[in-house]
Amino acid sequence: MQQLQNLEALNPDLTAEVMAQVDEIIDRNKGKPGCLIPVLEECQGVVDYLPMELLEYIGSRLNIPGSTVYGVVTFYSFFTMVPKGRHTIKVCMGTACYVRGIGEVQNRLQSKLNVEVGGTTEDRRFTLEAVRCLGACGLAPVMVVDKVTHGGVSPDSALKIIEKYE
Amino acid sequence: MSENNSKAEEKTEEIAEEKVEEKEQEKQKEEKVIPYLEDVPFFGFQKLIVLKNKGIDPELIDEYIAQDGYQAAAKALLEMTQEEIIAEMKTSGLRGRGGAGFPTGLKWEFANKSEGDIKYVLCNADEGDPGAFMDRSVLEADPHAILEGMIIAAKAVGAHQGYIYCRAEYPLAIKRLNIAISQATEYGLLGNDIFGSGFDFHLEIYQGAGAFVCGEETALMHSIEGKRGMPRPRPPFPAHQGLWKKPTVLNNVETYANVPQIILNGGKWYAGIGTETSKGTKVFALTGTVKNIGLVEVPMGTTLRTIIFDIGGGVPKKKKFKAVQLGGPSGGCISEAFIDTPVDYESIAKVGAIMGSGGMIVMDNQTCMVDMARFFMDFVQDESCGKCTPCREGTRRMLQILEKITRGEGESGDIETLEELSEVIKDAALCGLGQTGPNPVLSTLQYFRDEYEAHIFEKRCPAKRCPALLEFEVDEEKCIKCGICFKQCPTEAITWEKKQPAHIDKEKCIKCMTCITNCPSDAIF
Ligand SMILES: Cc1cc2nc3c(=O)[nH]c(=O)nc-3n(C[C@H](O)[C@H](O)[C@H](O)COP(=O)(O)O)c2cc1C
Ligand code: SF4
Ligand code: SF4
Ligand code: FES
Repeated sequence: MQQLQNLEALNPDLTAEVMAQVDEIIDRNKGKPGCLIPVLEECQGVVDYLPMELLEYIGSRLNIPGSTVYGVVTFYSFFTMVPKGRHTIKVCMGTACYVRGIGEVQNRLQSKLNVEVGGTTEDRRFTLEAVRCLGACGLAPVMVVDKVTHGGVSPDSALKIIEKYE
Repeated sequence: MSENNSKAEEKTEEIAEEKVEEKEQEKQKEEKVIPYLEDVPFFGFQKLIVLKNKGIDPELIDEYIAQDGYQAAAKALLEMTQEEIIAEMKTSGLRGRGGAGFPTGLKWEFANKSEGDIKYVLCNADEGDPGAFMDRSVLEADPHAILEGMIIAAKAVGAHQGYIYCRAEYPLAIKRLNIAISQATEYGLLGNDIFGSGFDFHLEIYQGAGAFVCGEETALMHSIEGKRGMPRPRPPFPAHQGLWKKPTVLNNVETYANVPQIILNGGKWYAGIGTETSKGTKVFALTGTVKNIGLVEVPMGTTLRTIIFDIGGGVPKKKKFKAVQLGGPSGGCISEAFIDTPVDYESIAKVGAIMGSGGMIVMDNQTCMVDMARFFMDFVQDESCGKCTPCREGTRRMLQILEKITRGEGESGDIETLEELSEVIKDAALCGLGQTGPNPVLSTLQYFRDEYEAHIFEKRCPAKRCPALLEFEVDEEKCIKCGICFKQCPTEAITWEKKQPAHIDKEKCIKCMTCITNCPSDAIF
């Protein structure tokens, strides 16, 4: 318990409540070969991102060196070590979407929100991400805001769509 | 005002109406999920094996069973020996649908003969080609077919544990696979003593974490082991040393979906479809500038023309077909001159592309081929795992050159450097990602070298896609005075009045391309 309290002092997002869920995830997976990635996936689902302190904690509980955990987290694009905005905009940079003009949509979003891809707006309203093919190429060009998929977007309609998210 | 109704205005209205119509269609597209095959005309050209169960409720095992589901597994487990299953697969001539086209029966035979008490059967559902969605559709629409194919493979090689490696971007597929696995377990089709045959097979899903290279077989296995998904040199091949160093079979989603039908109807039946070297059918994800977007399943040997023009309905009006891209970042473009090429592994390779996993992207005259090459190189460079130098450094260098060319800073000698680098990377890279990474550049150079030259020597982008090479000016001769650009410009950089040509204020223009894309008479340059 000692350790958990320290964690919250180090990072306010790692509350006792959150850590209880993290522990549950670890206990359920511990001992299974290759469990690190599933544990990280589930933990990111709970905390929203994977701060350094959490990586060290997970590593020590799974008996995996912190450097290995860090190496895995930075290798896979699914993982993020920085907190995200309240809403996540994903523009699809797959071939079908690119051919149908997602590049221009991305440029407009970037200049409107004043963020680069991968960045979060200062008010933490939006995080802008580029992903490679969402498997919805039939609707190209595709943009996903939080969990809602929008097909056939144009630079203008993309800006209209995000207006609705506060 | 009505007496002012000039020709130009009529035209404007016509165009405006068309635009509205297009918008409507776009809206409908937005509301409709991926179009189903019923929506695609000329159904007659297709033959459904992999997609035969589309339309059943994928979350109800009973519906799958009602379509002859799990009969092949029963036959394989109760009536056939391992050798008989493998022989049937070899007779069928089925080749892996994940890209490389390795004969499936042979792969199973290697794993079967490989010594070891523990073996694994894996399904590659990583579908990394950015512009393809065949596997996703099969996983979502017919998950039990994959399970059944894997059960048969497990019996053939003697494996009792399997994993489906599915990319995290496909949450619905993962959900349906989970449902399918629990239903199959409940029915005694997975787990211990399946059908009372004494054969055990357990199946789990493993969720990928977003790295294209993990589609490569050895990287995929490293990833399941919980490591960074980097490829390793082969041999040893996975059939001898795969997951946790045990003999392992890895097949693609579509490959497995073919298996139950082969076991039920016989290898001879399957081998009767297709061409001499490429048997059966292939599913393509037809997208890009084509009227009917969606999945197409055709017998091997069908021509690209039939797929794109008869089934796909050709390119929408006012656009002109330019090229078709096959095989994504490992593949290449095929120009109009070769549109009658039949789709089989060898013929496609001969014209400079690859069969790949089935992504088929139609491009029109508004697509810049140099920019496409840059796009794919950006992808390869981004996804290179960094383990080997030729791929890591070579692709970065190629990307820099392509970026330079599209920025209008290309120099003579650039094309030759690209070609040299391509050869080195192809020969020296460790895995398929690097080895095939230069293909999109080589194939665009093969067919569209003049476009590269226009960029480099004339500082001109013929497709008008590279902003750095555009003036953002209106050609008053060509301008039909419709005002579409004026209405759409986000920065009010365009001035226009009825019956007057538009004018662009370059100070205000942010080069967003909207006007160029939408000008109905191609007047902005
Ligand atoms: C960089 C790279 C990415 C790959 N991605 C995939 C993929 O997403 N899906 C797939 O089935 N095969 C992919 N493959 C091919 C696999 O390595 C392997 O050949 C295939 O899954 C074997 O199955 P098959 O024989 O049924 O085709 C990829 C290969 C490479 C080199
Ligand atoms: S070719 Fe590229 S992706 Fe493959 S091992 Fe080498 S660096 Fe990694
Ligand atoms: S490129 Fe964009 S900003 Fe520039 S004139 Fe055209 S529409 Fe306006
Ligand atoms: S390319 Fe965008 S969804 Fe496939």
